[in-house]
Amino acid sequence: MTTEEIETVAKQDAPAKADRTPEPAKRKSSEGGILNVFSHGILIVWGLMVGVPLLWVAWSAFKDSNGILTDPWGLPTVLHWENWSNAWEDANMGQYFINTAIIVGGSVIGTMVLGSMAAYVLARFEFPGNRFIYYLFVAGMSFPVFMLVIPLFFVMRDFPGSSLLATYHGLILVYIAYSLPFTVFFMTAFFRTLPASVAEAALIDGASHSRTFFQVMLPMAKPGLISIGIFNFLGQWNQYLLPMVLNQQEDKYVLTQGLAMIALQQGYENDWGALMAGMMIAMLPVLVVYAIFQRQVQSGLTAGALK
Amino acid sequence: MQHGKYRFIVGFLALPLIVYAIFVISPFVQAFQISMTNWSGLVGTAEFIGLENFQRLWESSDFWNALRHNVYMLALVPVVTLGLGLFFAFMLNVGGKRRKNEVITGVGGSKMYKFVFFFPQVISVTIIAVIWFNIYNPDPDDGMLNSFLGFIGLDGLQNSWLGEKSLALWCISAVMVWGHVGFYVVLFSAAMASIPRDIYEAALLDGASRYHTFFRITLPLLWDTVQTGWVYMGIIALDAFALVQIMSVNMGGPDGATDVMPLRLYLTAFRDSQFGYASAMGVAMLIVTMTFAVLTMRFARRERIEY
Repeated sequence: MTTEEIETVAKQDAPAKADRTPEPAKRKSSEGGILNVFSHGILIVWGLMVGVPLLWVAWSAFKDSNGILTDPWGLPTVLHWENWSNAWEDANMGQYFINTAIIVGGSVIGTMVLGSMAAYVLARFEFPGNRFIYYLFVAGMSFPVFMLVIPLFFVMRDFPGSSLLATYHGLILVYIAYSLPFTVFFMTAFFRTLPASVAEAALIDGASHSRTFFQVMLPMAKPGLISIGIFNFLGQWNQYLLPMVLNQQEDKYVLTQGLAMIALQQGYENDWGALMAGMMIAMLPVLVVYAIFQRQVQSGLTAGALK
Repeated sequence: MQHGKYRFIVGFLALPLIVYAIFVISPFVQAFQISMTNWSGLVGTAEFIGLENFQRLWESSDFWNALRHNVYMLALVPVVTLGLGLFFAFMLNVGGKRRKNEVITGVGGSKMYKFVFFFPQVISVTIIAVIWFNIYNPDPDDGMLNSFLGFIGLDGLQNSWLGEKSLALWCISAVMVWGHVGFYVVLFSAAMASIPRDIYEAALLDGASRYHTFFRITLPLLWDTVQTGWVYMGIIALDAFALVQIMSVNMGGPDGATDVMPLRLYLTAFRDSQFGYASAMGVAMLIVTMTFAVLTMRFARRERIEY
């Protein structure tokens, strides 16, 4: 049942516009007109409540700190571009941005590779223990991360060889591990929807199992990979709890930690201009991904609630 | 042939399983072990003390205080969030002008609305917390919310928000609602789009009003989605860590008025180094979360309607 729901979500990527009727304003009828105005009115009010605080960050990123504090609604009179360089250099947002990019880059790729490998095997091969391993992965979706974080801290600290705390590779491995449950769950459902005949044909033609996977099945699974890739990118880019516990060294901070640190340090007496610019720096990659892949982002994230 | 298949299966599953076992499964098991010790983090100093931590937890007024706040949010936040989500989704999908040949119509620009509503879902909770920290700035002239209230002539409603003991928790709950409504609008819209149009057609022919169609048709058919959404939102309400940590006065203040379980756990573990006791809190959180999920699934169960 649950897999079917995921399948429908995954499939939405292909036929896409089924529910989007073209909207020529054909004729006005009285019934529904009032409701229509009413609907738009309410929707616009909520839209403003959500949109204005976000736009406020954008315009505040160009104001000086004093202006942000004493006249929060005012538009910038002079564009304070120096906020951006202050954020990037003095507030170390540049360093945090690079840290985040390295860690998230590594972990998204790692999650996709390991997750789809495991999902493919679990979806397409019969072997003893298949169900057990599948449910072991899926169960991970219901573990509260807070409960795991204490033992995890010591697993990382006492890792054989050298401590994994505050290292790129340590955080990458942790991000991969915590993204695997949903990735395996989603991709297993997706691989099940793909026709078996293509893989069989490739095998008969003499391709090995792994070659069939990398050259035939993975390209076919592209829509699913895009959805789950975006899901993981957003989740990992915005991750806060894991780095806060496992990455307590300032030169290794990720963006969320850096922002929280600035915000927590000085309360209302802050370099707010730089903080706003820093928030824009942290948001921009996400904004770009969201603007380009709106449909995949929305279907990918909501698929998580259908588990 | 068989040999090749098993080698492939092992080859593909080994790495994902090892990473998952080290960083997720083993911390999960260890959490229970550590919760029965008085461990302070030094290697080899843990002593088994049975259920002493749980007894201490049971008698701790701080923990009950934090748990109570989570339960308040659990009672309020999902109802409001899902209610607003359903309302807006209904407006978007059924609230449009009536057009020829179409029984129900969505409002124009629904994609745009969804884009804006969903936005908080893709940005980091630290950014949301910093934005709302500014909105709730207590200064009557400089605070965004306060100056807005003054501007529209509602000076009487001006408040110190996060600094006011009786309000602070609700201010933080409001941010949770604000951040998640869009998610449910998108989720419910997708579910509504899958309800066959002829059901609405039949109802309208029989003279049902839109009000009736919503409560008699849309809501019952969406019940499964509402139920899973409820569990999902409840789990978020049982967390609230990042918002409280960044926004509240003195982390959990004023005077413990916004303390929540995860914050207790975090401070007990990583400030006070009482890892055994903090792990017991983690186990307690798992129990609370699981109890909530099971109860919701149980009591919200309805006959599943096939269509």
